[in-house]
Amino acid sequence: MGERSAFAEGLRAYGLIAGMWVRSSMTYRTSFVITMLGNGTMTGLDFVGILLMFSQVDSLGGWSLAEVALLYGLSATAFGIADLVLGSMDVMGARIRDGSFDTLLVRPVPVLAQVGADHFALRRLGRITQGALVLGWSLAAVDVDWSAAKVLLVPVMLVSGAAIFCAVFVAGAAFQILVQDAAEVQNAFTYGGTTLLQYPPSVFGKELVRGATFMLPLAFVNWVPASYVLGRPYPIALPEWAAFASPPVAVACCALAGLAWRSGLRAYRSTGN
Amino acid sequence: MDAFIELDRVEKVFDVRKKTGFLKRERRQVRAVDSISFSVARGEMVGYIGPNGAGKSTTIKMLTGILTPSGGRLRVAGIDPSRERTRLARRIGVVFGQRTTLWWDLPLIDSYKLMHRMYRIPDERYRENLDRCVELLELGDLLDVPVRQLSLGQRMRGDIAAALLHDPEVLYLDEPTIGLDVISKAKVRGFLRELNTERGTTVLLTTHDLQDIEQLCKRVMVIDHGRLMYDGPLAGLHEIGESERTLVVDLERELPPIEAPGARVVKVEGPRQWLAFPASESAAALVARVAAAYPMVDLSVREPDIEAVIAKMYAEQSEKAVS
Amino acid sequence: MGSWRLYVAVAVGGFRRYATYRAATAAGVFTNTVFGVILVYTYLALWDEKPHLGGYDQAQAVTYVWLGQCLYATLAIQGGGAEKDLMDRIRTGEIAVDLYRPADLQLWWLASDMGRSLFQMVGRGVIPFLFGAVFFPMALPTEVTTWAAFLVTLLLAAVVSFAIRYLAALSAFWLMDGMGISQALMITGVFFSGIVLPLNAFPGALGDIVQVLPWAALLQMPADVLMGETGVPGAFAFQAVWAVVLLAAGRLLQSAATRRVVVQGG
Repeated sequence: MGERSAFAEGLRAYGLIAGMWVRSSMTYRTSFVITMLGNGTMTGLDFVGILLMFSQVDSLGGWSLAEVALLYGLSATAFGIADLVLGSMDVMGARIRDGSFDTLLVRPVPVLAQVGADHFALRRLGRITQGALVLGWSLAAVDVDWSAAKVLLVPVMLVSGAAIFCAVFVAGAAFQILVQDAAEVQNAFTYGGTTLLQYPPSVFGKELVRGATFMLPLAFVNWVPASYVLGRPYPIALPEWAAFASPPVAVACCALAGLAWRSGLRAYRSTGN
Repeated sequence: MDAFIELDRVEKVFDVRKKTGFLKRERRQVRAVDSISFSVARGEMVGYIGPNGAGKSTTIKMLTGILTPSGGRLRVAGIDPSRERTRLARRIGVVFGQRTTLWWDLPLIDSYKLMHRMYRIPDERYRENLDRCVELLELGDLLDVPVRQLSLGQRMRGDIAAALLHDPEVLYLDEPTIGLDVISKAKVRGFLRELNTERGTTVLLTTHDLQDIEQLCKRVMVIDHGRLMYDGPLAGLHEIGESERTLVVDLERELPPIEAPGARVVKVEGPRQWLAFPASESAAALVARVAAAYPMVDLSVREPDIEAVIAKMYAEQSEKAVS
Repeated sequence: MGSWRLYVAVAVGGFRRYATYRAATAAGVFTNTVFGVILVYTYLALWDEKPHLGGYDQAQAVTYVWLGQCLYATLAIQGGGAEKDLMDRIRTGEIAVDLYRPADLQLWWLASDMGRSLFQMVGRGVIPFLFGAVFFPMALPTEVTTWAAFLVTLLLAAVVSFAIRYLAALSAFWLMDGMGISQALMITGVFFSGIVLPLNAFPGALGDIVQVLPWAALLQMPADVLMGETGVPGAFAFQAVWAVVLLAAGRLLQSAATRRVVVQGG
């Protein structure tokens, strides 16, 4: 089987398994509704925090509420999509500990697809919904001279951003193969990452911005392209085309994460647990 | 007959880090499987036994491609499992004794429908196999029941069916009867026997229950400390281990110890007496002799404890090594 | 009573149980540190824009952030302490066994949660706090008495935190949806404890309300005592009153729940 057909197989298996989890969750219908609302509310608290701050000030790091809301909306929605698609990968450590990870390895479909679809939960739409609401409001509220490129950048940011966060999830899962209890390290990069991106880059120290741009390129989820859309200077000097670099950055992140996953799986299969 | 499973000096070495102090750790190598060689022909049913931690699961994990051997050569159906794990997966079935692969909150049938699509089983084959499993494992009334409501025995039967829908050429079972009641055990054993004789499916099972082996397997392999200690018929194992079965006899009243050739009384408790006799001999002859000479009310035969057999065998081997 | 030894043993058990997860603890330290850094920068920007917001200067705002990260797991602000185990036991019915133990149910779980809190504080909370103190300007007191008072407020905060979660967990007897309860705990805990923004920086009437709710006893009170922003007796009284009220409410709910279990036959 070639790479492409393995990818297609993986997607198909993902769909099958995710469907099973959705049907499982539908056996507890009220619980599903409650937890979906809870998920939306919980994740919306971050934005409530921003609103509270703006109840005291008119700008943060020089950015207005509508501009920060744009960052928030992009970050929360992109992360929400990644969280919906691969968000349960933090149960992988538990699966390895209790031995049920082995049962995934004897199936004729890619393990990554099985792990990704594990505990797939539609309640995570709650996060996407509240992120999209904030995004929608901010797009209407920001003072931007919309050009075709800027309009196009919005969906590009969402898709690339989701892919970058997916890569972080996969890399985190690979790390959990080595250290099973360390799901929280993943949280630092996933939840920590989306929180970081909800605030203007001008708020943070230059070193931190540099790290988030060049080392773990989360800045390409929203900071860099959104700065361009809003016509705001980015704290560190970047060429103008960097605003459009999110897709290739996302592809590179996914490729690296894929390699990390492979070597993680290889480590598991040679050491066992 | 062609060798379907082939192991040639297969090894598996784990690096174990043990804490020896607050921050100090000691690295140590553990040979979980130590140069094991055997082959299993297509259509054989083999029991794979040994104490906990002997290397049974590690062997099964290598056979299924979950683990990569550290050394030696391993082939299943001509495939190197660790290199072509996904391709092999279509041709094997695995039942993990205490870990269900069924979907907890969904009706049993939903898990089967998933297997149908995940393994891309042709519709007709799927129907046939499902019908057969449902009939033989008596799953008919359970198909619409959520798995979480099934008993342990029902779930095990459900798991076995799930592992067989795609017509695997070999079935690995890890402790398939552990924790099951007598009736469920009988159903599972009957089904496995049928599967092996009628369909020619190769079966490799690990178990703690010697009756599983006795009723199912002509051949048994014993592993301990990662080494293959014995490979042959069950009777031979009894001979080597000099294991004994126990005939428990309830007499009408208290009597002096029973005298029967080939057996010795090991315990007397009121009218009940325990007679030990070689496991390789038939119980029927002994029962007939005792029944002829003594007023017997009830009797039962106790199988030798597998751990005891292995322990004895192990002690003997090391004795031989010393002398 | 004489049975205090039992509760000490339970607390030690709670401590030990969490102490076994070394990698998880290290990961938690890392996560709290990362979040601390992110929050510190946003607070600095906020206080830059509006100095003396909520009566804090910048160093106090920074101190507040790191104390929050220190107490996040310690006080199980988003849940995940003893109440999680308790809800599991209610769901599986094992709680019936606990009711027959010759020990007080509430005290038992309190002791267990105190053990957990102590470990989370020592193993997980202190390091991010020290990290903050080393790399950012913080407003820490020099008098021993202030630190002593601070430790007392921490103890009281842990009791109030437990009392809130115990109440929530007991509701699992009536509401079978543990996930929903956990989420409610998480949302209220995160919002009302002031982990997002100090409660004294909340605007207007909302600010007045959140400062008298029990969650104000968790982070705001210890922070204000540590930084000398509030009278110590007043802080103690505030925490103690909420502790007593919530524990008493827990007792009431507990006896109702017990009757329910007995009626259902376990």
